[in-house]
Amino acid sequence: MEIPAFKNMKSKRGPGPSLRSPDTTTIILFLLPAFVLFLLFLVYPIARSIYYSTFDWNGLGPAVDFVGLDNFRQILTDTVFMTAVWNCLLIVVLSLIVQLPFSLALAIMVGRDLPGRAFFRAVFFMPYVLSEVITGIIWVSLFNPDPQQGLINALLVLIPGVQPQLFLSDLNMVLPCIFVVLTWKYFGLHMLLYMAGLQSIPREVEEAAIMDGANTWQSIRYITIPLLGSTIRTTIQLSVLGSLTQFNLIWVMTQGGPVNASEVMATYMYRFGFVRFQLGYGSAVALVMLLICLVFSVVYLRLARQPDYLGGM
Amino acid sequence: MSRKFYTLLSVILMASFVLAACGTPATPTPAPAPADTVAPVATDAPTAVPATDVPAPAAKVTVNWWHITTKDPGKTIWQKMANDYMAAHPNVDIQITVLENEAFKTKLSTVLQSGNPPDIFQSWGGGDMNQQISAGLLQDITPALDADGGAWRKSIAPGALGVYAYQGKNYGVPWDMGMVGFWYNKDLFAKAKIANPPATWTEFIADVKALKAAGITPISLGEKDKWPGMHIWSYLATRIGGQAAFDAAYSRKGSFTDPAFVQAGQKLKELIALQPFQPGYLAATHDQMQATFGNGKAAMELSGQWAPSVEAANSVDKKGVANLGLFNFPAVEGGAGDVSDVVGGGNGFAIGKNASPEAIDFVKYLTSLDNQKVTAAANQNIPVVIGAETALADPNMVLVQKDFAAAKYFQLYYDQYLPPAMGSVLNDAVQGLFAGTLTPEQVAQKIEDAAKQNIK
Repeated sequence: MEIPAFKNMKSKRGPGPSLRSPDTTTIILFLLPAFVLFLLFLVYPIARSIYYSTFDWNGLGPAVDFVGLDNFRQILTDTVFMTAVWNCLLIVVLSLIVQLPFSLALAIMVGRDLPGRAFFRAVFFMPYVLSEVITGIIWVSLFNPDPQQGLINALLVLIPGVQPQLFLSDLNMVLPCIFVVLTWKYFGLHMLLYMAGLQSIPREVEEAAIMDGANTWQSIRYITIPLLGSTIRTTIQLSVLGSLTQFNLIWVMTQGGPVNASEVMATYMYRFGFVRFQLGYGSAVALVMLLICLVFSVVYLRLARQPDYLGGM
Repeated sequence: MSRKFYTLLSVILMASFVLAACGTPATPTPAPAPADTVAPVATDAPTAVPATDVPAPAAKVTVNWWHITTKDPGKTIWQKMANDYMAAHPNVDIQITVLENEAFKTKLSTVLQSGNPPDIFQSWGGGDMNQQISAGLLQDITPALDADGGAWRKSIAPGALGVYAYQGKNYGVPWDMGMVGFWYNKDLFAKAKIANPPATWTEFIADVKALKAAGITPISLGEKDKWPGMHIWSYLATRIGGQAAFDAAYSRKGSFTDPAFVQAGQKLKELIALQPFQPGYLAATHDQMQATFGNGKAAMELSGQWAPSVEAANSVDKKGVANLGLFNFPAVEGGAGDVSDVVGGGNGFAIGKNASPEAIDFVKYLTSLDNQKVTAAANQNIPVVIGAETALADPNMVLVQKDFAAAKYFQLYYDQYLPPAMGSVLNDAVQGLFAGTLTPEQVAQKIEDAAKQNIK
C-alpha cells in the first residue's frame, strides 16, 4: 500500500521549485526507526508464531515435537473452529446491516440541527468509553436469569404472561444477546465518525438539492450518503476487523459458551493457547485468524478504498 | 536548512529509536537471582539463632514465595509465619507475593515459560505440576523429606504428599487436602420430607424428585466454569468403575471409552433429564452456584471443603445455610467403586528449581505440626500433618476431615490430575452433556481422543 501512496504524493507535488525531490538516503533514514520497531514487534513475533505453529508445544522448555502442518489440518477439520468462524461472520454481517445503518441514522438525526446535540453526543458515546470488561460484567448482571437479580428479567416479568428468559445460558439466545451488547457499545463510535463526516459536507450542496425540489429522504439518499462515502468505508473496515477479532467482551460474558454457542475465533485461540496451553496449536489458530483478516483487508482496500487515495473527497 | 541537518537529525532519531527498541527486551528486572549467587555478607551476621538443620550460613539468602491467600485471616497468618522465621533466621529474607487465583496462574505461566520459577509457589499438583517437572522447573526435595530418618515425610499424610510426587520423587508438599462431596441444606431436605441423605444413586434420584415435587430446586450448579459439573461425571465414573477403571484408562491399558465412563455419562444424563438445576445454570459461575445454595434457593451442591465458607461469603446475609450437612457422593448399585472413595484435592507448595536449602527449610517450618494447627484453627485448611486435625474448630471441616480420612481410595480431581490440555477437554465435553449437544458416548470418545494425544 505504501508504494502507490508514495507515487501518488510525488506526482501531485511534482518537481516544483519550492519542493526539492526528497533525497533517498534521508527517506530511508527516516523510515528506519519505524521499520526496526515494525520488525521487532510485528514481523518477529509473527515469524515466531509461524515457527511454533508447526510444533506440539506446551510452552514449557524448548519446542521439540515437530508436527508439520498437522495443527492446521486439525483446525480446519475441527467443527468447533467452524462454529467460531460462522459466529464471527454472523457478527460481521449483523454489524454491517444493523449496527452501522443504525449509527448513521442517529448521526443524521442528532448530527446537525437538533437542540442539545452535544448532550446526545455525549450520552451516545458513553458506552464506548467504558472498558469492554466492565461492559461485559454490567451486561452479565443485566441478563441474570433470576428476575430478582437481573434487571431485564425483572422488567420482563412485569408484563403479564411473560416468563423470565435464560438469555446467556440459552444456546440459541446467547449470540443475539452478545450482539446487542456489541451494538450498545460500539454504535457511539460509528455515530461520532459519521457526525465528523457530516461536518465536512458543505451546506451549500444540500441547500442546492432542496432548492431543486429534493425532499429530505432524497437529499439524504443522493447527497449526504454519497458524500459520506469515505467515512462509511472506514467504519465498515473498522467494524469488520473489530468483529473478526472480538475477544474481551465475549470472554468476560460467556467464555465462548455454553458449549461453544458463542465461540468466536479469538476465544477459540485463547482457549487452546492459554487455557489448554497448547501453544503450538494456538499459534496456528492465530495465524489462520491473521490470514483471514489480512485477506479481508487487502481485498477490501483494493476494491473499496481506492477512491480515497485518489483524493476523491 | 541544509541536507546535512536533515541527515543528522534522522540519524539521531534513528539511533534513539533503535536504542530504545533494543533496550526494551533487556530492561525487565533481572530474574530473581538464585539465592546461592548472592554475594555473601561480611562477618557481621553470625549471631543467627542456629536453624533447625541448616548449618548457620553467613550468606544473605532471599526466598521468593508466591501464594494465593488474598483474604484474612490466612494472609496475615502466612505473613506472621514468614516474619517469625526471618526473626529466627536473620540471614533469610522472605519476599511474599500475594496474587489472586487467576492472576497467579497467568503470572506463573509467564515466569515458567521464561524458566525462572519462584522458590516456593502455590500448586495443586497433578498434570500441571507433572508438566513443570518434565520441563525441569521444579526441584527434587526427596532428600530433604527423607533426612533425619524421614521425619518430615512421616509427619505428612501419605495420600496428600503423593499428590506432589512424580515418578517416585517429591517436588512439593501439601498444606491442605480435602474432598468433594454433596453439601446439603437440612431444612430444605426436611421440607421435602427426606429423613436421611441418600446413600445410593437410586435414593439420590428419588430425593431429587421429592425436592422437585416440593417446589425446591434440588441442585445448584455453575456450569459456565465447567468443572463443577465435571465433578458429578467424574464421581459417577469413580463409583461405577472404581480405581481400576481410571488407572487402566490413565495408564493406556484401558480406555476412556470403557463402559464405566460411558455409563457415568448415561447416569448423569438421567439426572439432567430431571432438570434438577437452577434456571440459567449453564451460564452461572461457581460463585453464583455458591450464592444460589447459600441463599437457600437450592437444596444441594457438589463442592469441596471450601463450600461452607464460600457459600456463606456469596450469600446475601453473608451467613449462608443455617443447617448445613455433608454426605458422600452416593454409591451406584453394582459399581466397582466404594462409597467411601473420594475425589478431592487441596493446596500445596511447589519448590522451584532455584530454591535454596533455606527455602526448603522454610517450607518445612510452614508445614510443621504447630503451624498446621494455627491454620486449621483459623479454618484455612484441612490439615495434612498428622495430629493437626485436632485443631479444627468448624464442625463442617471436621465432617470433611473424617470422610477424607476414611477414604480407601483418594483420587485427585480428574481435571487436575490429567495433563492440562486433557483436563480442559474433559470439562468441555461434560458441559456438552449438560447442554444436550453431546451423547454420553461422544463425551467418552472426546476424552479418549484427548488422552491419545496427551498421555504419552
